[in-house]
Amino acid sequence: MIGESNAHDSAHKHVNGEALYVDDLAAQFQPFYVAIGGSEIACGEITAIDLDAVRSADGVIDVVTVADIPGHSDIGPVFPGDPLMVDREIEFHGQAIFAVLASSQQQARAAVRLARIDYRESDPVLDIETAMQREYYVRPPYRIARGEVQQALDDAAIRLDSQFSVGGQEHFYLEGQVALAIAGEDGAVTVHSSNQNPTEAQKLVAEVLALPMNAVVVETRRMGGGFGGKETQASACCCLAALFAVRNRKAVVCRLSRGDDMRMTGKRHGFLNRYEAACDGQGLLTGVRYVLAGQCGNSPDLSDAIVDRAMLHCDNAYYIPDVDITGLRCKTNTVSNTAFRGFGGPQGLIAAEALMDELAFALQQDPLDVRKRNFYAANGRDVTPYQQSVETKTLPLLVDQLEQSSDYRARRDAIRQFNANSTYHKKGIALTPVKFGISFTAIHLNQAGAIVHLYTDGSVHLNHGGTEMGQGLFIKVAQVVAAELGVAVEAVRVSATRTDKVPNTSPTAASSGTDLNGMAARAACRVLKQRLADHAARVFDCDASELVFDRDGIRAAKGQLSWPELANSAWMARVSLSANGYYRTPDIHFDRESGCGRPFYYYANGAAVSEVELDTLTGECRVLRADILHDVGQSINPAVDIGQIEGGYIQGLGWLTSEELKWDDSGRLLSDGPATYKIPAIGDTPPVFNVALLEDSPNAEATVYRSKAVGEPPLMLATSAWCAIRDAIAAVDNYQTFPRLNAPATPEEILRCIDSLRDR
Amino acid sequence: MPHFYLNDTEVLETALPPDLTVLDYLRERRRKCGTKEGCASGDCGACTVVVARLNDDGDLNYEAINSCIAFAGSLHASQLITVEDLQHEGQLHPAQQAMVDCHGSQCGFCTPGFVMSLFALWKNAAQLKDESTHASIERYLGGNLCRCTGYRPIVDAAEKLLATTVYADQFEQQKAQTIKNLSAISAQSDDNQYYRPADISELCEMRARLPQARIVAGATDLALEVTQKLARLDALIDVNTVADFNQCHIDGDHMVVGAGLSLSDFADAIKPVFPDVASLMLRFGSQQVRNRGTVGGNIANASPIGDLPPVLIALNATLVLQSSRGIRELSIEDFFLDYRKTALKEDEVVRAVRVPMHGGFDQAPQLKVYKISKRLDDDISAVCAVFSVVMSGDKIEQISSAFGGMAAIPRRASALEKICRGQTLNEALIKKGGEALERDFQPISDVRASAHYRRRVAGNLLYRLADELTGTTSA
Repeated sequence: MIGESNAHDSAHKHVNGEALYVDDLAAQFQPFYVAIGGSEIACGEITAIDLDAVRSADGVIDVVTVADIPGHSDIGPVFPGDPLMVDREIEFHGQAIFAVLASSQQQARAAVRLARIDYRESDPVLDIETAMQREYYVRPPYRIARGEVQQALDDAAIRLDSQFSVGGQEHFYLEGQVALAIAGEDGAVTVHSSNQNPTEAQKLVAEVLALPMNAVVVETRRMGGGFGGKETQASACCCLAALFAVRNRKAVVCRLSRGDDMRMTGKRHGFLNRYEAACDGQGLLTGVRYVLAGQCGNSPDLSDAIVDRAMLHCDNAYYIPDVDITGLRCKTNTVSNTAFRGFGGPQGLIAAEALMDELAFALQQDPLDVRKRNFYAANGRDVTPYQQSVETKTLPLLVDQLEQSSDYRARRDAIRQFNANSTYHKKGIALTPVKFGISFTAIHLNQAGAIVHLYTDGSVHLNHGGTEMGQGLFIKVAQVVAAELGVAVEAVRVSATRTDKVPNTSPTAASSGTDLNGMAARAACRVLKQRLADHAARVFDCDASELVFDRDGIRAAKGQLSWPELANSAWMARVSLSANGYYRTPDIHFDRESGCGRPFYYYANGAAVSEVELDTLTGECRVLRADILHDVGQSINPAVDIGQIEGGYIQGLGWLTSEELKWDDSGRLLSDGPATYKIPAIGDTPPVFNVALLEDSPNAEATVYRSKAVGEPPLMLATSAWCAIRDAIAAVDNYQTFPRLNAPATPEEILRCIDSLRDR
Repeated sequence: MPHFYLNDTEVLETALPPDLTVLDYLRERRRKCGTKEGCASGDCGACTVVVARLNDDGDLNYEAINSCIAFAGSLHASQLITVEDLQHEGQLHPAQQAMVDCHGSQCGFCTPGFVMSLFALWKNAAQLKDESTHASIERYLGGNLCRCTGYRPIVDAAEKLLATTVYADQFEQQKAQTIKNLSAISAQSDDNQYYRPADISELCEMRARLPQARIVAGATDLALEVTQKLARLDALIDVNTVADFNQCHIDGDHMVVGAGLSLSDFADAIKPVFPDVASLMLRFGSQQVRNRGTVGGNIANASPIGDLPPVLIALNATLVLQSSRGIRELSIEDFFLDYRKTALKEDEVVRAVRVPMHGGFDQAPQLKVYKISKRLDDDISAVCAVFSVVMSGDKIEQISSAFGGMAAIPRRASALEKICRGQTLNEALIKKGGEALERDFQPISDVRASAHYRRRVAGNLLYRLADELTGTTSA
């Protein structure tokens, strides 16, 4: 049961088309459709707005601007800065100005194009460098420091100073942003939303409509992909759909076209990372100064926490005695960037890996040796820059196992041999580790609730605050409930996440879904089971400890009851068959003022070896083989966990190779569809792809069944491919020059980097 | 009035707008919501359905298509099969069961599309002879994007499915009836501004009579005007019913390719003559697009980044253009005038392409086709370079070369040809060739690549060409 590879709870419905997504559900309501009118400039002011033609267009029922919002117009999740529709000031191309309700999707979208809006344009800030020069930030800079970095740099045997850029990433969930709102009695509204954060949508809908939260229900049965892109970015569709639904007393769908979705909603932050590093003659780091500058777009959104997480992961697995990390939240006139799997962690972690590569190059040693030498270790080298101590056994063990199983050393030698004999094609290999901190750094979010009902026929109903976006949360928590109660997993039905069932929930984010909701569900089960045991003990006149629960029911020395019999008998005896569970992560704290604490309950670990081959004439690149070993503690569902690991690696590979966001000089997004923005396709999966879970590695912390979170960490395994590309590029001039590679390593970037070596 | 079968239900639609897509028809008019919209541009495959049609042998062809960029009118005389139709008598189809067994779905939104592509793969398994299983899987699934799984479990599902050979699904069991049903539907039947000419003269007559009507074959590009630009197309002339329009035959020393030949069929036809072109075709859109897109469409829409025109220019092909006034032949390079502008007269249609078997040379050339893009599958070329070369030892006897992605139109590399003709292929010539390409092309920077990259790659590809032609350097 725990540790069993049950299929996804909706697998059967996924394959036969019965799984309902919001737009499918909407079809049952004969809804009306919303389209959003966005700005045609990136920066400036609206001087005149004429929506007459929009209002009189075919099929148009209603048109709204900011003036029509009864309550709050700012839907910023943490800080203000995200107007649902702008009043005057424009901060990015595509920013919402008005919205239209029409009888059909086509009519709504066509009507939007009839708006006549005049602007006074200003010069937009479109890149990190400019924002840094102007100190143009959405939030103040933040610094974490320990020791005397300047001294370390001055005394260094080897000193490095490098800068590289890391691109952002479009989520490209296959199901775009969508919400369906249905007006109810007394001004109340129900919103079905593809949403990682129903509670926040509930709060924002309430604020926008000037309603109490108890008048708004948000329901999320499933998402067609989230990846962080529906943590805050789903709210706008909810609010607009709800606004129109209440104004017109109709069922209203707000579903963004793919192009609007890509232009109007936030993405992963691009970063400009600089490190100045000092190391001793043995290749041990003595000090590093990092400046990590994130491109936040036009508003804070979640950027403070995202850049913080980048800062908390630029050590990755390496001990840095003296360290000084500055994180900048650069403001640009582009759509506000947001959560994306890893939440800044990947952009910080990759800085550590670039640094390791460069250090190994300076030492002319195998980067793996340099990495291992610098790992966190027991002898006082186990404290992060933010003063959390690291469990130091798992990762070195994992890396050793992977080094063996992937045959890393022999393959590295063979690759050197291949490169010596190949003119145009070069291969590279790299092994990189991942250490990723698990917990929301906003401590208050580390809580969850669940309810478990037992019905008189013995069937079990489970509901918790986590949302299902494909990650298998529902089946994993159902497995927990089945294990706790002793019932078959098929007997547990998981229902849609709803804000009126479990209230005040946290977003399903930060890889925390199973850790938090699994524990909350377990707590509910234990309450319920205790009641049942007490009841059965009375029935059988025995001690509760003598009872055995299993999928057939309950057994005692004097007899047994099936689940339906037990449930019915308890009900007849007036025992409550519904229980709430609640969980809060223990022992975590972080003082942002001092930059010290234990922000993470534990770390998830993993490592990957990637081997790539380049065509040095064109920069085309293929990953030939990937080997992954990942630590999920004691797995609740190995198939689901492996799915997360493989999917994370490939998603990370896309981020670091083929996925390139491009804007024109006026700030308009050019890569606004799958024709121009290329996520990995089936041919990008490495032909040899070995993925395994680290065995016998229960979580040292008391997590649910000693498992570990798995949602985000595997994305960073793809850093190995980026480092392998660098290794292959270095072969072009026989490893004489350190290749200064940016991400994504598109064919063009690879060729640029190759040419930079040749031009020397 | 498309008259077709929605699975096994006969459907006669009389009042559909001509530009209604199959996807919108399914979701909005039939409330069949199993088929998903991921992009509405034919780039993600979430909307994949399978269309069964009678072939020339009186048997059924099962083809995966993107329903988001196919017009409902194109369903005429076919059987439309969607993800809801595969389950039979409460049992999942093997294409579905394999996905469940292999954990092939996570969020599930792309899954119906994958299931339908897998179904098409399985239905065509008997024809997958001369390629590896893995190549077949990539060919059939390369147009379906999944953001969750990383594809490995889906590849496993495909392998498992292909191992399921002894199984007659309900479509097989009802095949005779389906063939009978489809045979009974008359091929022509114009309806609400959706015209189906029977032959070339009727097509030419309609073209002259209905100047506002757009010509449609696969709609893989035309439909984007509707789904992306929100244009309305008031009238369409569908060329799929035109007799002989999708035929391919040998006429003396020419291969004559009907303009209506699908890109999939063209790949099969060209393979024995120019295997490199067939390889290029594997990277041409996706299987769904290749099944619907046509040779004529790829030429007539005059995109600067279409991959066929540079091939056809390098092979010195000519176009057969027809109108009710008659037939004329035009060298393909004279067809492209400027960005999206061609020499096609208002009443003309592209009827066929004539490809000289030796590419216009006196002996069979070596044809090298290089497509450079960000992603291997289903991507548009940053640069597409084509070289048709006759070598004599190290000497280039004859050369014909054209590029896509390097100018506003696909174009011949005249300066390069001139420099190379009759010369020994060596380092010095490659350098001079690179300089010649700089004269031939002044590419632009766009979302796919910078001008600098395009120039650099074009020049570098001469090294690859030399390597492959002379075999002097290693891989």
